[in-house]
Amino acid sequence: MRIFGLAAVLSLSLGAAAASETQVRIGYLSVDEPAPPVLSNLDPTPEDLGLAGARLGIEDNATTGRFLNQTYVMDETRVPEGGDAVAAARALLASSPFLVLDAPADALSAIADLPEAQGALLFNATAPDSALRDAGCRANLLHTIPSNAMRADALAQFLVQRRWTEVALISGAHPRDLAFAEALRGSIAKFRLKLVGEKDWVFDADMRRNASAEVPLFTQGFKEHDVLLLADEIGDFGRYVVYNTWLPRPVAGSEELVPQAWAPVVEQWGAAQLQSRFEALAARDMQPEDYAAWAAIRAIGEAVTRTGSAEAATLRDYIFSDAFELAGFKGSPLSFRAWNGQLRQPIPIVTDRAVVATAPLEGFHHQGNELDTLGRDAPETACTAFKG
Amino acid sequence: MLRLTAILALLTAPATADEIWITNEKDDSISVIDVATLEVTRTIPTGERPRGITFSHDFSKVYICASDSDAVQVMDPVSGEILHDLPSGEDPEQFVLHPDNRRLYIANEDDAITTVVDTDSRRVIAQIDVGIEPEGMAVSPDGKIVITTSETTNMAHWIDTESEAIFANTLVDSRPRHAEFVKDGSELWVSSEIGGTVTVFDVASQAEKAKIHFEITGVHEDRIQPVGFELTPDGKTAFVALGPANHVAVVNAETWEVEEYLLVGRRVWHMAFDREHKLLFTTNGVSGDVTVIDVEKREPFKTIKVGRFPWGAALRPTEG
Repeated sequence: MRIFGLAAVLSLSLGAAAASETQVRIGYLSVDEPAPPVLSNLDPTPEDLGLAGARLGIEDNATTGRFLNQTYVMDETRVPEGGDAVAAARALLASSPFLVLDAPADALSAIADLPEAQGALLFNATAPDSALRDAGCRANLLHTIPSNAMRADALAQFLVQRRWTEVALISGAHPRDLAFAEALRGSIAKFRLKLVGEKDWVFDADMRRNASAEVPLFTQGFKEHDVLLLADEIGDFGRYVVYNTWLPRPVAGSEELVPQAWAPVVEQWGAAQLQSRFEALAARDMQPEDYAAWAAIRAIGEAVTRTGSAEAATLRDYIFSDAFELAGFKGSPLSFRAWNGQLRQPIPIVTDRAVVATAPLEGFHHQGNELDTLGRDAPETACTAFKG
Repeated sequence: MLRLTAILALLTAPATADEIWITNEKDDSISVIDVATLEVTRTIPTGERPRGITFSHDFSKVYICASDSDAVQVMDPVSGEILHDLPSGEDPEQFVLHPDNRRLYIANEDDAITTVVDTDSRRVIAQIDVGIEPEGMAVSPDGKIVITTSETTNMAHWIDTESEAIFANTLVDSRPRHAEFVKDGSELWVSSEIGGTVTVFDVASQAEKAKIHFEITGVHEDRIQPVGFELTPDGKTAFVALGPANHVAVVNAETWEVEEYLLVGRRVWHMAFDREHKLLFTTNGVSGDVTVIDVEKREPFKTIKVGRFPWGAALRPTEG
């Protein structure tokens, strides 16, 4: 009924020349990190990864805002390697309480702890660290990119459904690989799969030449397993493992069959429209970081549309209310978990060519929302910042 | 041989051989269902990704949104031949034919535009900026108002057909998909797929007067996604397709309460009545079939296999 009142008032006010305009200013901060060396540079990281999604979100918000006399402005700041991310965030917070962040975990925590950030709404659009949603959570820091745990749980559900219950794991040495491997182990335990063996990727030879000779031997030692999991989040060695394993086994995890927030092959539920809007804007495929940045901006826009306010506290209340739902082109309404600020969302499990399945899979039930079968649930969270 | 069959078919056909035309989104074709026999009698090729379908008021032409061909195709329903294309703007998804039988209002999904085309002169009369991903289209019985709903902007845009300009915008729940003027144009109904509701507006004031909610035991609320709907001619009963919930809700259109849920095929999308409103045909996208519902008994009683991803449905009455 409240919404109706608002809609009626707004539609009436449209005719009036003196209708007051609401301007929403959003900061976007990306913090460059040194790119780790990888064996192949077949897939370079786009310069505007994440940012392009945010820009599309602003466009989408603006199209809607046009009918409600609401406008959106985005201030973009990029901090080079070794630059002062916290100072840059402070500068952005001086002009807006809404900040979308593409930054590593330690920078996110430091920014969230700024006195200037208290009462602000910060969105983590790229960091998958589980700790940020757990003991290291911050009440002013929301997460639109899925955690490692959510992605690993999505894949584990798929393995359970296919009855590929015995798994082997190869992990790279980069901190991001280790974090995803840790999440995979957690999901293996959570969904009662069996980890039959684990190896660290230690090769320093050129796998572009040696994979067919080395990988069979490297994987020969694994006990009988149904599927080989790879934790290779930086895209280093995974591509050379596929089809070179000792046993003919499917590969999943960071390579081949991958749980992702978003991928170019997602086309159901109107996703094709979002994909083509993104392509028109960025001249490339939409990646998970783009999707998460888009979702952050759209979450702000949705709250502005429904409340008619640009106040951080009002928008935060709305975002965490039952009324909030974001249409995210993944078949279910998206919303934020009240216990850690994570955007709950379906996770497509994809190959380069198709969506193989979308988690949560049928049969994984939850007393509240089935999306909460993915990632840290309320009873198990170590996050306390959102209480009270 | 073909002609002989046609003649035989004519001879054996009942007095009326009305048809239901179904667009198959992922088969680039139309399946024609004979209402008397409930069988597919023809499969007609179309442009790419056919979705919206509607007949001219005299049923001499059928308009088809061939979304990926960026065209509205005009077909002779007797021969199944494409007569010509209309300039439609990009990615036409849904449209509605004005009571004047000339102006076609087309939602251009990729362009956030509603295009108005004169079907006689085949010219674009107007293009109206609307919200993101326009889809649902409706026209009031008196022809004065056209509605476009936009999926990502979550609004119903009210267009004055005299000025071809928006005069009001009303918010609805997430991802509005379908709109209809009902009860002689006094109410506008808009379904919201992700919101899981149907909003009822009073047309005179554009104010919301009711919201219909759905609940099916054993189906998670997120799976209940209202899409297409139709009301019986007396305006008393509505049938609402609930998408991946695989059910059609039967709604008391006066109390706005759901009376029954009917199990149909998977991802039920749109629907059409037969001429007497005794049968209701629903398109089931994922299962690739059409469910036939006995309207009076409120009972699905037959499934008809059609093409891949059936989407739109329209009645073609014929004097056989």
